[in-house]
Amino acid sequence: MKRREFIKSAAIGLGGLLMPVDKSDASLWETFFQKYFREMTPEEKKKVSQRLEKEYKDKTGVQINIKTNEALPGVKFGYGLDLSRCIGCRRCVYACVTENNLSRNPQIQYITVLEFKNGEKWVNDLEESNKYYEHDTVPEPGHFYMPVQCQQCDNPPCVKVCPTKATWKEPDGIVVVDYNWCIGCRYCMAACPYGARKFNWGEPQVPPEQFNSNTHYLGNRPKFKGHVEKCTFCIQRTRENPGRYPACVEICPVGARKFGNLLDPESEISLCIETKRVFRLKEELNTHPSFFYFFSL
Amino acid sequence: MIEFTKDLLRHLMKGNKLYYAWLSVLGLFIAMGAIAYFWQADKGLIVTNMRDQVSWGFYISNFTFFVGVAAAAVMLVIPSYIYNFKPIKEIVLFGEMMAVMAVVMCILFVVADMGKPLYAWHLMLHPNFPSSLLVWDVIVLNGYLLINLSAVLYVLYRAAQGKEYKMSVMWPIVFMSIPWAFSIHTVTAFLYNGLSARPFWNASIVAPRFIASALCSGPALMILVFQIARKVSEVDVSNEAIQKIAELIAYMMGLNLFLYAAEIFKEFYSQSVHMAPMDYLFFGLEKGGVHHNVLVPFTWVALCCNVTAFIIFLMPGMRHRFTTMNIACVLVLIGVYIEKGMGLIVPGFIPDTLGEIYDYLPSATELLVSAGIWSVGALIYTILLKTAIPIYKGELSLIPKGQRRKIPVH
Repeated sequence: MKRREFIKSAAIGLGGLLMPVDKSDASLWETFFQKYFREMTPEEKKKVSQRLEKEYKDKTGVQINIKTNEALPGVKFGYGLDLSRCIGCRRCVYACVTENNLSRNPQIQYITVLEFKNGEKWVNDLEESNKYYEHDTVPEPGHFYMPVQCQQCDNPPCVKVCPTKATWKEPDGIVVVDYNWCIGCRYCMAACPYGARKFNWGEPQVPPEQFNSNTHYLGNRPKFKGHVEKCTFCIQRTRENPGRYPACVEICPVGARKFGNLLDPESEISLCIETKRVFRLKEELNTHPSFFYFFSL
Repeated sequence: MIEFTKDLLRHLMKGNKLYYAWLSVLGLFIAMGAIAYFWQADKGLIVTNMRDQVSWGFYISNFTFFVGVAAAAVMLVIPSYIYNFKPIKEIVLFGEMMAVMAVVMCILFVVADMGKPLYAWHLMLHPNFPSSLLVWDVIVLNGYLLINLSAVLYVLYRAAQGKEYKMSVMWPIVFMSIPWAFSIHTVTAFLYNGLSARPFWNASIVAPRFIASALCSGPALMILVFQIARKVSEVDVSNEAIQKIAELIAYMMGLNLFLYAAEIFKEFYSQSVHMAPMDYLFFGLEKGGVHHNVLVPFTWVALCCNVTAFIIFLMPGMRHRFTTMNIACVLVLIGVYIEKGMGLIVPGFIPDTLGEIYDYLPSATELLVSAGIWSVGALIYTILLKTAIPIYKGELSLIPKGQRRKIPVH
């Protein structure tokens, strides 16, 4: 690091502390005093998403759409993962990155695929896991894979500890974060038993031409440095009516990922839970995940 | 009042070469810390060595340590007001000033750790109370700051008027401050303790150990600072008071080591998978052909410091000799600073919840910012002392100039 660069940057930081840079005065004021999302009227939500859309357009020239639609009645999402089928190809990881506009530099990924050696202990503290495997082809003989992402707990420890209520559980079971309300204390990251929460340590960077313009306020909208984010079951897709699968379910080449409405007894996920012997990760912690693992073979 | 402020400024400016050298050193560190902090504010917390795996590091470690130091006051408040122990009563004010300093440092360390500190006011609008222990901590820390600040200001205000403080005013403050001192520890311990995701913290011994170690480090720091203060200024701290504090440290270190031993026994004897963080601290962990052991030397240094200090404090001959006692105080500070700082926070994240081991040591930015905050604390204490001493000596007074008469110290 050059000393001059350091000092210049520190000076910008001083300015940045006093005001977010690159913004007009009115927008600055509105950004700083933006209300808590759950207290906004529908009109206010619309105004805020229009402002955020405009900010992104001014910055990159790309028009995006930020939806704020609410949970559909009679829906509670559940997720199933067939460990017998997963081959550890990580297509889900990258489909998620693209769909959810996750920062490419520094890298943020919502899904972590863990590799285990057959016969080694694995299920409790996952201490024998390897997430940095690099084989030419997968699956590696003698190994199996377990992808982990937000488990959308019914008793979420992250929500319990958040000091500002910036994260909460929606009626359809999705745990969401209001990025503008989060103060970046990272208490939720310490509380999450699944490593599901990711922090924007630096300014998130996504090439504008690769930016997915179909976004949701509580999901894949543009993000900033200094707040926490997490998997939302692709809220921008699953809350459409008719809904679409999350990107990870859609991309999975072996059909290891199942998704649906837990309240509908005929849904794929309900049938999985009924016919397979399912388990949930770290069940001893009583977090009650809506994410079910099972073996089909 | 205006005259008082002018007088105060005059007194703060007055000092020998050593005083100015001290202020310059503090100023230099504060300036460097500020630059490092603005650099961090611009680039984001990516300039620290914290990452998603170890999401709290040096800042929160320092915060935790200084919550402990803040309790130092209570070790003086109890003997002076409850037992009316004269030698301590004479210096209780300096203990309360140290609590003020420590809590301000705590708040600064938390702010340094936040991703979006400008939005901290969100806490006021939608506090997740009583669910979030962090909200509790904000309440108890600010409350403790307020209590100690009012005690200090009230006593100094009365002294500046040439009067003794009234016990009718002090009692409520004293009665609030004692349980409150324990509450800042307990709540801070519960902050970590309540997380079932982190087996290292999720042990009921955490809060008692917090209190035991805090009642070692705070008083040890006080003993050292008081001796420096009485050497470089006209503060009068009796040997008897210092010896009393040293005796209390001996008991508390004994308790602290016992609780530590209980924890070590439980982990290493039962050998469950939850032993991993403790194993990481003492021996390092093997994973993927790499031996992860960056904290091992620190852990052993801390243990040796604490045990040696305990032995010194335990033996009256060594405790009564000031050289050995001061060495023991330094050892306590090093030992507790490691044990209750990095040694408590970092292993909570190792291995992380998905079994990964990320070796964490602070980055240069973290060290610079922290040094800056340390210096702010030292500056606050210096200013408080420089205000209190002339007030006690009657040189700085609210009484109009003609009517003053010299009042005896204490």
